[in-house]
Amino acid sequence: MSTATKTPARVYDVESLRAQFPILSRTVHGKPLVYLDNANTTQKPRVVIDRDRKYYEEENANIHRGTHWLSEKATEAYEGGRAKVARFLGAASPKEIVFTRGTTEAINLVASSFSQAFLEAGDEILITGLEHHSNIVPWQLACERTGAKLVVVPITDDGEVPADEFEKRLTPRTKLAAVSHVSNALGTINPVKELIAIAHAVNVPVLVDGAQAAPHLPIDVKDLGCDFYAVSAHKMYGPTGIGALYGKAEWLEKLPPYQGGGDMIASVTFEKTTYNELPWKFEAGTANIAGGIVFGVAVDWLTGVGLAAIAAHEHDLLVHATRTLSAIPGLTIVGRAKEKAAVVSFTLDNVHPHDIGTILDREGIAIRTGQHCAQPVMDRFGIPATARASFGLYNTREEVDALAAGLSKVSEMFG
Amino acid sequence: MTELRDLYQEVILDHNKSPHNYREMADASRIALGHNPLCGDKMKLYVRIDGDRIADVAFQGSGCAISKASASIMTDAIKGKTLTEAETLYGQFHELLTGPPDVKADGAGLGKLAVFSGVREFPARVKCATLAWHTLETALKGQQEVAKTE
Ligand SMILES: Cc1ncc(COP(=O)(O)O)c(C=O)c1O
Repeated sequence: MSTATKTPARVYDVESLRAQFPILSRTVHGKPLVYLDNANTTQKPRVVIDRDRKYYEEENANIHRGTHWLSEKATEAYEGGRAKVARFLGAASPKEIVFTRGTTEAINLVASSFSQAFLEAGDEILITGLEHHSNIVPWQLACERTGAKLVVVPITDDGEVPADEFEKRLTPRTKLAAVSHVSNALGTINPVKELIAIAHAVNVPVLVDGAQAAPHLPIDVKDLGCDFYAVSAHKMYGPTGIGALYGKAEWLEKLPPYQGGGDMIASVTFEKTTYNELPWKFEAGTANIAGGIVFGVAVDWLTGVGLAAIAAHEHDLLVHATRTLSAIPGLTIVGRAKEKAAVVSFTLDNVHPHDIGTILDREGIAIRTGQHCAQPVMDRFGIPATARASFGLYNTREEVDALAAGLSKVSEMFG
Repeated sequence: MTELRDLYQEVILDHNKSPHNYREMADASRIALGHNPLCGDKMKLYVRIDGDRIADVAFQGSGCAISKASASIMTDAIKGKTLTEAETLYGQFHELLTGPPDVKADGAGLGKLAVFSGVREFPARVKCATLAWHTLETALKGQQEVAKTE
């Protein structure tokens, strides 16, 4: 392993990163916590926790509507958070960043507003076979409302989305394509840049579900060329209840508002309401103010650690985990894409994932078991569920080994 | 490991490995589907009712050890019982699963079903243990929809 080498510069210091996460020093069922459920949600570093508290202790006020000092401070901090998220994603301007509750709401926003303005009976929305339910159901609802059709690009046995299968399904009726950057169930990293270029060649806009990509890979929406990009702060070492939709300004201008209410309007009379400018047109009601501020802190912290360094560290964990787990008799890894994030979904002969999860839990090891909000993926592989270990920037090879040791206890019990 | 052994008692592991009454039933008078979307467990339950008695009961499906063993032991327990008796048993079984975790359950009157007394220490697994019973309820009521544990 690289820690054995003697290069002092730019060594990824996982221990000092771990020390910044208070929860990582706790025990569960009397064992040190081994947290391997990062695709579900990540733990929060001290800076994130402290910033949330500071906001409520020193700055709390409503934003965009006060003439008083506190309100100005809160507005500044909230809009500052937006600017940080814009920079993190490589957006051209903060006005291209709409704060939402998370990825789910971001996708619902686009599905709702886009379908209202641009979707008609007989049109098609193109998605892939590895999507999370939150990048399936909003489009199904939009199709139900409009009479449009949902078209699905099938995935391979390795869990990949072949570009030519994607291209084949773009028709003159395709109005939008929605694809995951990284699959939460399989770990597949999709060739989104290539898919976007293919879709744009026939003038089809693309929404990218970036929930699983943003915490693990450097993201640059301008370089990708996507029209929309959705993320959740809680998967990026930030708080729950906040996320962002990046939308190209020209698209956000064209879309009708999502919800109506305060903050999203410029003027209201009973005869006519005019809407606020971007991005506030899409932010009705009092926002998750602390969330926006702390999200900004989280992305700055991530940038400080360095996404390229995180990706390299996690790749090392993936390689180690894949090798270690593959050696366990009866264990099958589901999802073997060539480009993969540090997610290992697996099944164990004769043991249901739920039982694996319970036994590992008593060892202090947190993994997720079940369908991972991706029932069609499970159906595609003909399995009811998987167990999934998903790694984050603070995980270690020793934790991978603890997982392997836990799994041998499982085999022992069910042997 | 002791709590784990409370949950995964030998009897449960045995029934998981070789479940009883695990078959299709051609002459079932009621069929119900059970589904636990959280873990993907799916179960098909067949019941043949004769008057007010459960003359035969069988199941098929995929699930965790707890849900499979529970279905297996349930089919043994209710076969030959009247509908009312089965209902009473379900009530007692449910109490066994959801009672306070610090109180040891005695499982009196439950026979083999008492092996599930450890489940109350694992609240996340109660739904696994009740899936078969929910499905039975659906079958006995003759409802058409899929029984859900959610
Ligand atoms: C790929 C993917 N998309 C969307 C979501 C939904 O994110 P959230 O629940 O934060 O809205 C998730 C979260 O599990 C995900 O993994």
